[in-house]
Amino acid sequence: MSNELTWYMILLSSILINNIVLIRFLALCSFFGVSNEIETSIGMGMAVIFVMTLASASTWILWYALLLPLHLEYLRTAVFILVIAGLVQFVEMYMKKALKSLYNAMGIYLPLITTNCAVLAIALLNIDYGLGFVNSIIYTVGVAVGYTVAIILFAAIKERIALSTTIPASFRGHPIGFITAALMSMAFLGFSHLFGL
Amino acid sequence: MSLWKDFTTGIIKENPVIVLMIGLCPTLAVSSSANDAFGMGIAATFVLIASNIIVSMVRNHTPDAIRIPIFIVIISTFVTIVDYVIHAFDMELYASLGVFIPLIVVNCIILGRAEAYAYKNNVISSTMDGLGMGLGFILIITLLGAIREIIGNGTVTIFNYQLLNLGAGYQPALMFIMPPGAFLTIAFLMAAQNKWLKK
Repeated sequence: MSNELTWYMILLSSILINNIVLIRFLALCSFFGVSNEIETSIGMGMAVIFVMTLASASTWILWYALLLPLHLEYLRTAVFILVIAGLVQFVEMYMKKALKSLYNAMGIYLPLITTNCAVLAIALLNIDYGLGFVNSIIYTVGVAVGYTVAIILFAAIKERIALSTTIPASFRGHPIGFITAALMSMAFLGFSHLFGL
Repeated sequence: MSLWKDFTTGIIKENPVIVLMIGLCPTLAVSSSANDAFGMGIAATFVLIASNIIVSMVRNHTPDAIRIPIFIVIISTFVTIVDYVIHAFDMELYASLGVFIPLIVVNCIILGRAEAYAYKNNVISSTMDGLGMGLGFILIITLLGAIREIIGNGTVTIFNYQLLNLGAGYQPALMFIMPPGAFLTIAFLMAAQNKWLKK
């Protein structure tokens, strides 16, 4: 990925072509864990968009303003994960105090996001791809929207599967969930080579 | 024989991936060939054992309130070591594992074992627990990689040794080394576990 990409290409590519859950296999724990109802998955999606954008912005600044000039590249993993964990905690406390209604809507999902590997992965990928500040924010928002789209679609299918009685006993629960994800992944694979990335 | 028990629970009865359903992301993402899967398994197991040992050693000096950040610092130290070692010795593996090497730090298996086991037990049982859980992880991820490679490519190769080759007459199903194949294979592994291993 280079900087010549226009913003809508970055968005399209991160939402559809390289969908974070179905093509890149990140954030699977929450994808399978929090997708039993459409409403909770919408809440989770919003919380992910919010935290991921904040985390990407702060880790990007930290990398280019502090770690790179001081030649501390080897501390990247440790610093990023601690910053993300601290940030989530801080956001949760601030929301509880100042933005009560927003906290009620997505507060319970915030602690879950610390262990969401997608947040760390995107912070690292922004650096690996060499994206500029604005592009990395666009990329992050696209990835988070892709996550939200995937988890809402998955929750909608899962609500119908729960009513089905024809599934063999050993496939109930998670195995059928994975098969559903496989079929969704096949559908998203159709977007690959859309513009040769 | 409680040490033996520490060692074996992780392999089948509490297998981290197909029974406890943790550590799914790396399992699915890097299992498109047996070699990558095996490499990932070894890397994660090294981090798991090493961090279990250190966490268990410092457990009596760790304040309860800040134990999680301490675990994370310990784990990320070993992840950085693994990252640099793979980069130095096996560039091909490094390229195909990519971002999943630093992501070992958020692998729920490692933080989970530090919190649930190593923080409460002595160094020797924690080592055995790490070894058992790690073997369970290696077993499943390599099995997944091997199945996907056989169906999707007709071969199984680990560290340049070709263990199996179905020959030129085999028509590979490319789907299995692409993302949907990972979901399908793990679904069938889990269903098999539900059918035959659950008591």
